[in-house]
Amino acid sequence: MELALKAAAAAPAKSSRSRRKAKSAMPMVVKLAYRNLFHDRLSFFVTIVGIVFSVVLVAIQTGIYLGSERKISAIIDAAPADLWVVPLGTKSYDDPSLLTGRERHMILSTPGVANAEDMVVSFARWRKPKGGTTAILLVGTGAESSYPLPWNIVEGSRDALEAPGTVAIDQSYFPDLGITALGDRAEINGIAVDIAATTKRIRSFTTLPYVFASIEQARMLTGANEIQATYERVTLADDADLESVRAEITERLPDTEVLTQDEFKKRSQAYWLFQTGAGAALIAGAMLGLIVGIVIVAQTLYASTKDHINEFATLRALGAGAGYIVKVILMQAVLSGLIGYLLGIGLAFGVIHAAQDTKLNVIMTPGLAAGLCAVTVGMCVVAAISAIIKVVRIDPAVVFSR
Amino acid sequence: MLATTSSSHASHQGANMTANAADTRTMVEARGIVKVLGEAPNQVKVLKGVDLDLKAGELTLLMGPSGSGKTTLLSILGCILSPTDGDLSIAGHPTAGMSKEDLADLRRRHVGFVFQGYNLVPTLTAVENVMLALDLRDIRGPEAYDLAEEALHQVGLGHRIDAAPSKMSGGEKQRVAIARSLAGAPSVILADEPTAALDAQNGEAVMELLAQVAQDTNRAVLAVTHDHRTLKYADRIVRIDDGRIAGSERPKIDGTSPQPGSDAH
Ligand SMILES: Nc1ncnc2c1ncn2[C@@H]1O[C@H](COP(=O)(O)OP(=O)(O)O)[C@@H](O)[C@H]1O
Ligand SMILES: [Mg+2]
Repeated sequence: MELALKAAAAAPAKSSRSRRKAKSAMPMVVKLAYRNLFHDRLSFFVTIVGIVFSVVLVAIQTGIYLGSERKISAIIDAAPADLWVVPLGTKSYDDPSLLTGRERHMILSTPGVANAEDMVVSFARWRKPKGGTTAILLVGTGAESSYPLPWNIVEGSRDALEAPGTVAIDQSYFPDLGITALGDRAEINGIAVDIAATTKRIRSFTTLPYVFASIEQARMLTGANEIQATYERVTLADDADLESVRAEITERLPDTEVLTQDEFKKRSQAYWLFQTGAGAALIAGAMLGLIVGIVIVAQTLYASTKDHINEFATLRALGAGAGYIVKVILMQAVLSGLIGYLLGIGLAFGVIHAAQDTKLNVIMTPGLAAGLCAVTVGMCVVAAISAIIKVVRIDPAVVFSR
Repeated sequence: MLATTSSSHASHQGANMTANAADTRTMVEARGIVKVLGEAPNQVKVLKGVDLDLKAGELTLLMGPSGSGKTTLLSILGCILSPTDGDLSIAGHPTAGMSKEDLADLRRRHVGFVFQGYNLVPTLTAVENVMLALDLRDIRGPEAYDLAEEALHQVGLGHRIDAAPSKMSGGEKQRVAIARSLAGAPSVILADEPTAALDAQNGEAVMELLAQVAQDTNRAVLAVTHDHRTLKYADRIVRIDDGRIAGSERPKIDGTSPQPGSDAH
């Protein structure tokens, strides 16, 4: 007791300015939350592992989903048009059939149309130089097109495809097509073709490799007549109204459908991702990742809250509102979420980087990364519900019964 | 010394007691408090009509046998439990009909607690424990640090500011708890057996500190105790037995002879 009096009488030695600032910079709610988290290292570790697992799984699944979407619409994106005139009943870009051949002139004579270009897309049989056949998807575009295909050319040139008996393929398809180098000779539907150009990273979503040719070459190889096409890519005049042009073309060409760029993309993506169930499987995988994350975080957060229940009861006794202690729990959830997210997204980037030049196309965009951060934090907040219910039900009277 | 803290804290508080308590220095006014605990048919009438006033500047000791209702009474006076019957006012605020959150609010504004088991947050240092109590009252940043540091100096722990509870002795922990209880400049400090877990020397030091808190800060302090060596610090001793006030004395005025039942109000 003497001690207490003496110390109280002595002039308090004040802390330095910088020390006070450093020691008081972090809000108490945050400090309490992170101390609670780090107090039980093992349970924190489990929480973080759960979140990291969840983030990586969700990132990869949605990354594959986005990659698939992009792959499916790659050619539509590479050769955009205001309107696509497609054979009635076309389910996706790679579900090709032929128009009659009269369409281009009808379209060009429609008011509001600036231009219309033919595109030929067809299944074909590819015979490898050393024997063996495989199915391919042949794509033909005109040399004078506003977007001549293919893009990403690494060897040869688009002009080289104007010579008869030439095609372009992606380097990643060399093994599938039995090609070893530029200049190799194969057969399409029994007609000899030379590899006159190669590209990088143009892969189809399906197992059929894309093979690019001039439009004349494509017609010849697939037996179409010289005015037939699979799709008409329509460019509108500057002042034209899209819907009235669309209505007019639909009126004139009853066996076709007229789709906007976006509609054709969405239709192709929906066909492959949902008619086939591939997309549903990816989404289910992502959901599973979220559920596993929520369950693990909910378990550990609830256990942590139980461990610290006396402190929360004390806070309540000291007059903390229910909102204050809920804030502490939420802060624990958000901190766990952010730490887990940072580690998880780092790991996901590693996986994505490793998968970059493989057949698996996983995409990470800033939007996806930001969305994933929000989803992760949201997941942790949802997981905090049971702990919050526990904590708001605390009876502060327990502080005396020990 | 402690008065400085009081005034600087009070300036942060919306409800400043000193203004309307100038005439009445009664911080706690309890009338006919009845408390029934437990579920039927095993209900127990723990408090059977308790009248008690606590006055500013006084250290009141509450003594009584185990199970006589001391903790229950303290919980009711601190608005942690609601009475089954009777009226309670804290700093002039009647508590009848208040919601759970209103009561938490009232505790935060007017009541400080000191527990037998200290109830410090084990993951926070001494100064952080006090800052936490200030944070509940929206006092933050360097200002909170200064107030907390000052409060720790005043309880004689200026040298233990950054100590974790696990590294402190029981006496030190209880002094941190007292510094914490002062954080809201409460009208009343309620301590349930604050010395029970301490050795004699530390127990006396804590009791003396509580007496000093009552005097210097003009707050009402009520402490439950069994320890007869702490009686000399009491302005007033209230005895409770079987849920009823059994007597009250003012040893500093009355001398050593207790006069049962004379001074319950
Ligand atoms: N929740 C409860 N239910 C039933 N009886 C209780 C409950 N809490 C306390 N009691 C009883 O109330 C009486 C007074 O308890 P308490 O106030 O803790 O006494 P003290 O603090 O004086 O030892 C005791 O007999 C105890 O058994
Ligand atoms: Mg007790």
